[in-house]
Amino acid sequence: MALNRKKVVIIGATSKIAEHCARLWVTESPIDLVLVGRDLAKTELVAADLRVRSPSSSIHCIQADFLAPIKIQELVDGIVRDGDVDIVLIAHGSLPEQHPCQEKLELCSAALNINGVSPVLFAEAFAGHMQQKNRGTLAVIGSVAGDRGRKSNYIYGAAKGLVTRYVQGLQHRLANTAVKVVLIKPGPTDTPMTANLKHTGARLASAEAVAKNIVDGIAQGTPVVYAPAKWALIMMIIRHLPKVIFNRLDI
Amino acid sequence: MVAVSSWGRLWQWEHDVKFLTDRRQVASVIRTSNPGVAHGMGRSYGDVCLNPEGALWNTTGLDRFISLDEKTGRLVCEAGVLLRDIQRLVIPKGWILPVTPGTQLVTVGGAIANDVHGKNHHVLGTFGDHLQHMTLLRTDGEVIECGPQLRRDWFSATVGGLGLTGFILTAEIQLRRVSGPWVDTETIPHENLAEFFRLADDSEADWEHTVSWIDCISGGGGRGIFMRGNPSFAHNEPKLTKRGVSIPLVPPVSLVNRLTLRPFNTAYYNLKKWQAGRGVVHYEPFFYPLDNLLEWNRIYGPRGFYQYQSVVPRADGKEVVQAMLHEISSAGRGSFLAVLKTFGNRESVGMMSFPCPGVTLALDFPNKGTRTEKLFARLDAIVQEAGGRIYLAKDARMPRSLFGSGYPKLENFLPYRDPGISSAMSRRLMGY
Repeated sequence: MALNRKKVVIIGATSKIAEHCARLWVTESPIDLVLVGRDLAKTELVAADLRVRSPSSSIHCIQADFLAPIKIQELVDGIVRDGDVDIVLIAHGSLPEQHPCQEKLELCSAALNINGVSPVLFAEAFAGHMQQKNRGTLAVIGSVAGDRGRKSNYIYGAAKGLVTRYVQGLQHRLANTAVKVVLIKPGPTDTPMTANLKHTGARLASAEAVAKNIVDGIAQGTPVVYAPAKWALIMMIIRHLPKVIFNRLDI
Repeated sequence: MVAVSSWGRLWQWEHDVKFLTDRRQVASVIRTSNPGVAHGMGRSYGDVCLNPEGALWNTTGLDRFISLDEKTGRLVCEAGVLLRDIQRLVIPKGWILPVTPGTQLVTVGGAIANDVHGKNHHVLGTFGDHLQHMTLLRTDGEVIECGPQLRRDWFSATVGGLGLTGFILTAEIQLRRVSGPWVDTETIPHENLAEFFRLADDSEADWEHTVSWIDCISGGGGRGIFMRGNPSFAHNEPKLTKRGVSIPLVPPVSLVNRLTLRPFNTAYYNLKKWQAGRGVVHYEPFFYPLDNLLEWNRIYGPRGFYQYQSVVPRADGKEVVQAMLHEISSAGRGSFLAVLKTFGNRESVGMMSFPCPGVTLALDFPNKGTRTEKLFARLDAIVQEAGGRIYLAKDARMPRSLFGSGYPKLENFLPYRDPGISSAMSRRLMGY
């Protein structure tokens, strides 16, 4: 691997948003890229596409169990051992349906684990190494849903709220280092994860546009990136709505 | 169910949309959710990409490249890849798509299923002429590999086959060498159709791209602006500055109407006449003039619009086009985007492909209900008598008799249909 190249690690590399981020990174300049996914064969499809876009990038796929703390630690240690990391993007998740989560605690637990606990474990595993090396940018995809609990998706919102609070703490911990921690909060984005939302006729941002916001936010080390940016304003209003009004909203 | 419309915005029909993102899973999706039809960017104008109340297999998530041989220019990709993404990937490497339609915001699968053509038809034919291979999935699980030398019958049924022969999963395209992103152009005004045909004939040998915009308001005489272009060897031209502007909302009435058409056509004609001459332009504005005006189809208002594109044999081409322009102007209708082009003297690869030797005229009309239908009936009669046909990618309303006379290979095509695939168009024109 070339020494002066950027090394980027993506956890949840088959997510549509992550895939578009990877496309942007490899077309900027050749990089060393590690793609971590649950489904290795699908991750390889993503990698093959990226190799066509950037034949001189080095792209490596790793299969991972996203819920096993010890394995996550080993995986991250292994990745870091191969060379210092410039960018880590933790992008995995899955949007659960709210009602089944209310009915069945197994579903509720799975949703909380994959969207909340798992990204935190990955971030925590990388954070120690990055602090030690005193370099790199660690980005985690949260969600606007984590800004205020709403009846239509508060289980998912709670998991993303966990990520929000975690990143806040990590930013505090690393404030006096060169390591940057970025929290990304996409609004509803046109991905397979949101296929159900289209029933409501919601206008969704394209994964491509959201990825551009993320890549720019990471390059600048912005602490909180709303993607697209208009969600910063929308969520500020939602967060500050008085309860008497908020509770009447069907959102 | 999700409301989906096509580019003409004539209807908002409910569909059970299946978003595909993993090509290994397509076979099981189409086996368990049929009858359905593949749907890419929805840039076809009528009902070829719709299947109301049924399944719609959205292919835009199947947008991965599989391989590119930079020495031979062979590209293999999934069918949901956009032509835009191919151009942006390969042009800097010295390759280009040999054939591209007037928008690059279409998928490879859609370009194959409609066997699209461009301004260079007289030199390079249709999109299907440059395919080396395709993988077609049938709803019963059969996988059909086909190409110009491999199961040729399946290949020619599928190119231009309106997505009805199976699900196009991947394609291999032979790209063409290019030295850069620029095009040498020349713009020449013409006063009538005779001048257009003379220009088109004179340009065929030396110019790869030819097309004309017609001012169909001014008396139906066929005055217009002829544009021709060749790949340019220029390499120090300014870079393209990208600024996409979007039509933000659907106006309550069509902005294309009697009040706006005449001033627009007159102004456009005179502006272009004034700008006539040679130049060097970037390929994006040359090939895809409307792509930066996002969602331009909204200007026709809530009722949507029709595009009427016909091709008629060259022999009486001038008289037939003249007759059509006369009908339009005497009906007091007009079209914003009237485009006239001569096709090359070659038969298309696909059984159901549109291009054939002759001259093609494309026109846009806001949907004004019965009045528009009446005009179409008169245009249909002219096209049918001339032995012409209507482009299925644009069609939303042609009667079966005209379809039958225009597409004589229909009987050869039908045995290749996949019984698990059906669209609004297939039901309208083929009965199932």
